[in-house]
Amino acid sequence: MKIQLALIPVILILWAVYVCAYVVEETDQVIITEFGKPIGKPVTEAGLYFKTPFIQEINRIEKRFLPWDGPSNEMSTKDKTYLIIDTFARWRISDPMQYFLRLRDERSALSRLDDILGSETRNAVAKHELIEIVRTTKDRKAKTDESLVQGVGKVGMLYPIKVGREKVEQEIFQKAALKLQDFGIELLDVRFKRINYNETVRRRIYERMVSERNQIADRFRSEGEGESAKIMGKKEKDLQQIESEAYKTVQQIYGEADANASAIYAKSYNQSPEAVEFYSFLKTLETYQDVLNSDISLFMTTKSPLFRLLKSVQSENISQGNLE
Amino acid sequence: MSQPTEIRIPDFFRGGIIIWVVLIIAVLAGLLTSVYTVPAESQGVVLQFGEYSKTVEPGLRFKLPFGIEQVYVLPVRRQLKQEYGFSTPGGTNPNQFSDRRARDIEKSMMTGDLNAAVVEWIVQYRINDPRLYLFKVLDPEGTLRYISESVMRTVVGDRTVDEVITIGRQEIEEEARDRLENLVKKYELGISIDQIQLQNVNPPPPVQASFNEVNQAQQERERMINEANGEYNKEIPRSRGVADQKIQAAEGYALKRVNEALGDVARFNYRFEEFLKAPEVTRTRLYLESMKEVIPQMGRKIILDEDASQVLPLLQLQADSKGGLSQ
Repeated sequence: MKIQLALIPVILILWAVYVCAYVVEETDQVIITEFGKPIGKPVTEAGLYFKTPFIQEINRIEKRFLPWDGPSNEMSTKDKTYLIIDTFARWRISDPMQYFLRLRDERSALSRLDDILGSETRNAVAKHELIEIVRTTKDRKAKTDESLVQGVGKVGMLYPIKVGREKVEQEIFQKAALKLQDFGIELLDVRFKRINYNETVRRRIYERMVSERNQIADRFRSEGEGESAKIMGKKEKDLQQIESEAYKTVQQIYGEADANASAIYAKSYNQSPEAVEFYSFLKTLETYQDVLNSDISLFMTTKSPLFRLLKSVQSENISQGNLE
Repeated sequence: MSQPTEIRIPDFFRGGIIIWVVLIIAVLAGLLTSVYTVPAESQGVVLQFGEYSKTVEPGLRFKLPFGIEQVYVLPVRRQLKQEYGFSTPGGTNPNQFSDRRARDIEKSMMTGDLNAAVVEWIVQYRINDPRLYLFKVLDPEGTLRYISESVMRTVVGDRTVDEVITIGRQEIEEEARDRLENLVKKYELGISIDQIQLQNVNPPPPVQASFNEVNQAQQERERMINEANGEYNKEIPRSRGVADQKIQAAEGYALKRVNEALGDVARFNYRFEEFLKAPEVTRTRLYLESMKEVIPQMGRKIILDEDASQVLPLLQLQADSKGGLSQ
């Protein structure tokens, strides 16, 4: 019986603790209200806390950064190009009291974000040209595949920019952050998630891409033909060169050989007057064999150097005649 | 039932048995809910009354029961992956890929030369700070998907379509990684980016054919050049050979010519030497030998003595004798 009696106060204490105590999670901050009226400072540190039971109410408010996913909207840029732009943001309830008083819950906060970020995005996009929203780094030079783009219009070129995507995002951020401060909201970041051409623009872009590629393809083909012709030309030239150089060498060799032979003959036959005379004697006799053998009719006299020998074996004129 | 027995229950149990059972069950339940294991690849984050108290390493662990301490176990050593524009089947992580309907728009991008490209990529990351991961941002991995898309578009938007598709891939991966790493730090997601890898990167389907055409034309160019080179290589070496042949032949001729000359001269020199020894006799001998060969075969040749005045009679006689001979 004693134990049973002792348990009653223990259970009562536990129950009292249960209704009075509350836990603030790491992800929460809490505002205590009495009949809807906030009491004291918001609790922002996690841990175990106590309140007056029944009268005081706990209102949990997120402490983490929260998502805002903007709708995909069609917007016009300064140069009247229609884009479908999808933005997102991350935000945080930095002043829970202000937030609680003005917005109370996340649903109304998100609708404020829709209004403010939506209109700031629209404004910023309308103020800039398309390329400013697409590109970021001002002085970036594109790496190009030389063989691919050489001489084909604007292929491989980046359009120049003055501002750039990050600055435009920054612009939206600054304006929106200022407006959201009033609601106890801190904006962490706003970014473009997706930017795309609308349907009609996209078709135009595709057409242009096709025509650019066709240009490149045509140039490749013509380059191929040109290179091929160049090689064939070189072939023709090399052929002529090889053949003519061979001809030249051959003729040189012939000439040199003839000259050498002549020199050899001359050196021997010309060694003395007797040699000269003996040579013409021999040669004349040899010639008879050839000349007189055939069936040709001819009239000559023994006066001619050739036939002088037919008249006399001894002739002082022979050498003279041959030397003429 | 023959002898009724009185069961003696000890005093301290009497009447309190229900309380004791409740107490024992409560202690057992407390023990069971206070034991937990942290797997090898993970860390546990322990909260006490909702407040962060410590991070624990893998192993069998104890905590205070009844919701006093709570534990979140996170796979900090596992490399996680997110896929953009495609999905490999079998993924269990809901953030690994996006909704099927969103994939087409997820991967279509604008390039800095105002063209379009279709880019698929993956992000490999790890949870490196469980405390931030749990308490700093709502849905950190979902947030990572958003900033990753934004970053990839920023980087692709700064490049030409050719850089995106072919030559600039590595650079894109590196820059996107750096940018994503910076943003992850700024957002305090408690995540570290291991790497970004581009997967299929293509021109948009409607223009794909013309991109292929460029490749084809490039191949065609190479083919034409190769063919021309082939033709060149077919003819030039042959022609060089032929030229060489001609030169060799000429050199042969030159050798022959010189050797013949040397031969002729040698022969002459010998004869001349002999001749000098007895000029008259040799001359006469040679002459007569030669005439012996020549005259019988002379046929119809008329060679007049320079003193002869009449040709005709001789001629006739010559003709007759010739006729007689031929008969």
